Amino acid sequence: MRYSGWKVIKEALTGHRGWGPAWRDATPKPAYDYIIIGGGGHGLATAYYLAKQFKQANIAVLEKGWIGGGNVGRNTTIIRSNYLLDGNEPFYEFSLKLWEGLEQELNYNAMVSQRGILNLIHSDAQRDAFTRRGNAMILNGADAELLSTKQILARYPFLNVNDARFPIKGGLAQHRGGTVRHDAVAWGYARGADQHGVDIIQNCEVTGFRIENGTVKGVETSRGFIGAKKVAACVAGSSSRLMEKAGMRLPIESHVLQAFVSEGLKPVLPGVITFGAGHFYCSQSDKGGLVFGGDIDGYNSYAQRGNLPVIEDVAEGGMAIFPMLGRARLLRMWGGIMDMSMDGSPIIDRTHIDGLYFNGGWCYGGFKATPASGFAYAHLLATDRPHDTATAYRFDRFAKGRMIDEKGMGNQPNLH
Amino acid sequence: MIINHPLLGPRDAAEFVYKGDAALIHRPDGMAPDALEKFIDYGYLRDNPAGEHRELWFHEQGDRSWLVVTRNTLTHEITSVELARDVARREGRSK
Amino acid sequence: MTQKNRLQGGLIDRSRSYTFRFDGKTMTGHAGDTLASALLANGVRLMGRSFKYHRPRGPLTAGSEEPNAIVELREGARQEPNTRATTAELFDGLVARSQNRWPSLAFDALSVNDRLSSFFAAGFYYKTFMWPAAFWEKLYEPMIRRAAGLGSLSLQDDPDSYDKGFLHCDLLITGAGPAGLAAALTAGEAGLRVILADEDYVMGGRLNAETFSLGDMAGHDWAAQTVARLRSLPNVRVMPRTTVLGAFDHGIYGAVERVADHLAVPEAGKPRQILWRIYTKRSLLTAGALERPIAFENNDRPGIMLASALRAYANRWAATPAQRVAIFTNNDDGHRTAADLHAKGVKVAAVIDTRPGQPVSTDYEVLQGEIIDTAGRLGLTRITVRLAKGGTREIECGALGVSGGWNPNVSLTCHQRGRPVWEEGIAAFVPGGTLPDGMTVAGAAQGLFSTHAALTSGAEAAAQIATDLGHAATKPDLPQAEDAPVQITPFWHVTDAKRAWVDQQNDVTAKDVKLAHQENFVSVEHLKRYTTLGMATDQGKTSNMAGLAIMAEIAGKTIPEVGTTMFRPPYTPTAMGVLAGRSRGTDFRPVRKTPSHTWAEEQGAVFVEVGNWLRAQWFPRKGETTWRESVDREVLQTRKSVGICDVTTLGKIDVQGTDAAAFLNRIYCNGFAKLAVGRTRYGLMLREDGIAMDDGTAARLAEDHFVVTTTTANAVSVYRHMEFVRQCLFPDMDVQLISTTEAWAQFSVAGPNARKLLQKVVDPEFDLSNEGFPFMACGEITICGGLRARLFRISFSGELAYEIAVPTRYGDALIRRLMREGQEFDVVAYGTEALGVMRIEKGHAAGNELNGTTTALNLGMGRMVSQAKDSIGAVLSRREGLNEPVALKLVGFKPVDPTHKVPAGSHLMTKGAPVDAAHDQGYVTSACYSPNLGHHIAIGYLKSGDQRLGEIVRLVSPLTGFDHDVEVVSAHFVDPEGERLRA
Repeated sequence: MRYSGWKVIKEALTGHRGWGPAWRDATPKPAYDYIIIGGGGHGLATAYYLAKQFKQANIAVLEKGWIGGGNVGRNTTIIRSNYLLDGNEPFYEFSLKLWEGLEQELNYNAMVSQRGILNLIHSDAQRDAFTRRGNAMILNGADAELLSTKQILARYPFLNVNDARFPIKGGLAQHRGGTVRHDAVAWGYARGADQHGVDIIQNCEVTGFRIENGTVKGVETSRGFIGAKKVAACVAGSSSRLMEKAGMRLPIESHVLQAFVSEGLKPVLPGVITFGAGHFYCSQSDKGGLVFGGDIDGYNSYAQRGNLPVIEDVAEGGMAIFPMLGRARLLRMWGGIMDMSMDGSPIIDRTHIDGLYFNGGWCYGGFKATPASGFAYAHLLATDRPHDTATAYRFDRFAKGRMIDEKGMGNQPNLH
Repeated sequence: MIINHPLLGPRDAAEFVYKGDAALIHRPDGMAPDALEKFIDYGYLRDNPAGEHRELWFHEQGDRSWLVVTRNTLTHEITSVELARDVARREGRSK
Repeated sequence: MTQKNRLQGGLIDRSRSYTFRFDGKTMTGHAGDTLASALLANGVRLMGRSFKYHRPRGPLTAGSEEPNAIVELREGARQEPNTRATTAELFDGLVARSQNRWPSLAFDALSVNDRLSSFFAAGFYYKTFMWPAAFWEKLYEPMIRRAAGLGSLSLQDDPDSYDKGFLHCDLLITGAGPAGLAAALTAGEAGLRVILADEDYVMGGRLNAETFSLGDMAGHDWAAQTVARLRSLPNVRVMPRTTVLGAFDHGIYGAVERVADHLAVPEAGKPRQILWRIYTKRSLLTAGALERPIAFENNDRPGIMLASALRAYANRWAATPAQRVAIFTNNDDGHRTAADLHAKGVKVAAVIDTRPGQPVSTDYEVLQGEIIDTAGRLGLTRITVRLAKGGTREIECGALGVSGGWNPNVSLTCHQRGRPVWEEGIAAFVPGGTLPDGMTVAGAAQGLFSTHAALTSGAEAAAQIATDLGHAATKPDLPQAEDAPVQITPFWHVTDAKRAWVDQQNDVTAKDVKLAHQENFVSVEHLKRYTTLGMATDQGKTSNMAGLAIMAEIAGKTIPEVGTTMFRPPYTPTAMGVLAGRSRGTDFRPVRKTPSHTWAEEQGAVFVEVGNWLRAQWFPRKGETTWRESVDREVLQTRKSVGICDVTTLGKIDVQGTDAAAFLNRIYCNGFAKLAVGRTRYGLMLREDGIAMDDGTAARLAEDHFVVTTTTANAVSVYRHMEFVRQCLFPDMDVQLISTTEAWAQFSVAGPNARKLLQKVVDPEFDLSNEGFPFMACGEITICGGLRARLFRISFSGELAYEIAVPTRYGDALIRRLMREGQEFDVVAYGTEALGVMRIEKGHAAGNELNGTTTALNLGMGRMVSQAKDSIGAVLSRREGLNEPVALKLVGFKPVDPTHKVPAGSHLMTKGAPVDAAHDQGYVTSACYSPNLGHHIAIGYLKSGDQRLGEIVRLVSPLTGFDHDVEVVSAHFVDPEGERLRA
């Protein structure tokens, strides 16, 4: 069913009786050409592009719970392509371009909102580093602008400039960055994939892989065995647990990242603002809630909740730059499980098992990558070659010493 | 969280800095012929279990002990805390 | 306006009258009122507008679960958006405004949305606003953003302060209703350290809102007497106005105490609120239960509220929304409200009970039926009842109490892994799954709804906890109390309603739930996210259950099959200010000051943040108008004569033990085993992944004693790393480490006259001649007639230079002494800028170069990584990707046109090649103006840079509009042979 202005008006006048399911609840067939494990943003996007762009058929997405229930539904909704390194920037810029056309592509309003992202600068060394990054962005075809404190204050007049512990000395802006209505991304891709014949199967947990002579034959699930020619893992937050069933250890640790939203407020923040020195970033949703976050809690965890020290640390960062936030109230907080990789960058690659593919290790940057991750993974699945923008995201980069370490923190996942 | 330090008693986890899997104690021999292969595994691959996890914490705002904490990554329950030095010795490390 | 709806009795203090304003109208209330009770007493039912359709709304509840009556409280910088009128304590001079309406509460232009509501059904945004594509950011979204949101922030800095505190106890009791009070009494008398916290300003919970007696006294009197008894026990801390926000790991709770929210302004020197982190051995949740509404047509008009709220307003606050009321219920509890209101002299027009065989009354009419519509634009005037026996009836009333049953308040039980379970007998979820560490639940929160059961379960739970903790407990004498069984027939919504409100704040109707189901948003989480049910500021405390029940009905499932309600912290919305506490403004992070800070301030130094340190950046002198003038002078004078810089911030680690040298040999990639006593060596530390971690020096003061220096930024992480290597990898090495960064004040004394200056302070028995104390020498010495000191002949500037260290308390004296003794050489103090210029002139790497991705090879130190030993990082540094033939190499750059800058952050491109990422050749890391060379210089990384000296390359910074040619040169701009530092 295509959404259109006429359709919306017609349904409004006829009691909304004509809206059908956004996607079908499929029952599993005995076998598929492609099984994608994980009905999150990346898995659903992969299925969508595999069917639509790469013209593949006989595809199933298996989801252990409900679609969009993982990190695509529990993040701070930011999109951007302000990366430094060659292995990353073209990929994230490709993703941003896909975001820019997403609603028309999917006929679904995910509220892609390019109100800009700003990273604050507090020292000369930071300005040098951000200058290098901004240049790398522009050289890769993205947009970047170095802003003066005065320009920043024109947009955010209530930033603390009176008694700031770390005075603001400028910022790096990416005006095409912004936010997206996160849940709608999962729903939009699900609807699109469904329309292209993909079977979306909820409440279907993969419990094992059937591997014969080094080749994958299908998956054991809570709803029985399902055969497959190619199996694609895409389960952020559960990567190690899943791949362990195929006998693999991964360059990944799972950590909890907390996120926060305030009560609804009349508009105060036009775009996304990032205060790196204070471990705080914030935007305001269309509904009016301030959506903010900070550092990961820092210890391995599969519990989708965190603890007070980080909550307080994030609030301190917020109050340090926005002392006017004191009387805004935190409404809700939650935790997501981040598969933190050893260099802070993701993996989209084949495994040593024929027919078994892996997509994961997105750290806390997976949401913005959703369209490109799906596209690049679909490309890999369909052609067995990495997409041009994702050639660096390989397992063997650690063995070969070709890490993609944006922050320069080394093999210490909780520091990325 | 609270970590029951074997020397100092219960301390808030905020006093500590986390490093990761206690398997990091088992650093391979850098002079062995297969050192590179061993170090790639040591440096980059993790069990990352959902459940009991032995892990290293450093009492940075305290007595500067490294501890091996056994903690459940699903519930955060801590079942044992030992000095890493004792664990390392017990598991065969020396000089 | 008079208090026309003020009743007799109540727990308000009529001797104290307060004047307050709402939307500009002045009214009076009494001490003990909430803003909502005072407004009701004054005949005001309309207090807010809903989020989406801007429907007129009044209070639904009398507590913190309120979705409707939320206002902007106070004025100016203290303006608090989204404040619940139902919990805001009245004080004299209180000012509040309604919010989310324009131009006024009674006439709100955006209530047009309500007329167009059929276009705004659940999820409508996702289906529209897409044409044309460019209109989203330009038109639709700004429109939506302006209309959305609720209250507004003042945009002024919060003038109040907030504190944080830590409490420890044996038992934390959350909720001071009958269960909590009985528990506190039991545990307190057993000698446990008890904290009793309640969000209300009067303890007693529902006892204050009911007319039951406990034994021979009124419930609220028993509560007050019990609280007084508890306050007299030294081991019990009674904390009213304190909300327990969340249950965290290992028995840690967060709680906010509202110290001053009931005052016009906080008392001088007192915080507005305090965030308590409470460490508990055990906790007891006695948070009671929350009544739930029933969804029916137009069930949201001002005047329609929960029956328990109607009762609470009458009994506790002596206020009623109207003099003529009706009740709609599916359980016996609704009839209590009717009886209580009747007793207060309020006319009960009818009780409508959905059940057959409902209780009868001689005081008012009881009907079996359902309410199918209501009337009254800005407040209820009439209800329409569909009678079970057939036909409909219209009943005039200004208020309607609705009772759909009670939900145990399970919020805190869900904060970890708890999943509530369905209890058919009370048709509600009770605590289930794994509760937070050490938590027990009692009373109504557990599903035990009678007062008797609350008292006994609270006391029994506390007695058990006391026993568990090794205390003898006796059950206190508990008064006789009502023990009515729960009589309820679940009834969630009146069917075939067009618009029956489920979530009143977010305007979600029963039909929206149906639409979600129709579109396959069936799972609880999909329902919530698609319709926004339960996502408002009340977090669905009064709406989630009905949403679940309606979904269950449509899907043909039981309620527990559809899902459970889940709650996350915080229990109620919490001010950002209190979560941050005192960490704001200049107190956001601690400030570390160097030993010469006071002296530098006296010199008028300009300071710069370096991590938490404040360091002197430069020392301006009279007549100097730009920073460059000062810095150039400091550099030139240092190179010409002598300069002094405080380098205390560099990390210092004392390494002692018979294995000290062997240990450093593992830590550094270059060799340290053979370093002679009295000598210093430059050392490069790698991370285990083979990347450069830090560099510095290690000075061997004795066979078994080294002093290691680190960069300022890495002082902490390098120490941590060294302790890891010592304790975890080589536990039998005889070596001890201690960080002495703060223990020693250290100054760099650099320049041709450095030796002469030092000779004036170093005690004469120490030979400072080039032979006696050559380049890279070190030693423990005395100065100024016996003060112990350490001297290192090391040079960051490239000059003849020393670093001299004295115990920190002598740092101030030493800088003053050196500056005085140095007058004959025209000594200068130099700051971090001049330090940076000189190290760039010398080509030394620093933080900008050691950026966490650079290798020894990149730094031109590839051969330093010893192959002959096993040091940290050596093995992984040998991977192919880190040893590319075209690796980046650290080199220098100078502008072809000497008037040009060579800005850091710019990228290098081969002349004639395209300018894009694919052809990137490297980047400039550090740049400065060199006063010695008279032009700008820089260092940076260039692919195969060491083989490209003399090449002209293109330096571009599209970000800043820079594009000029530079020449690749050696990074050693000044004294490349190192003659000066050995002089």
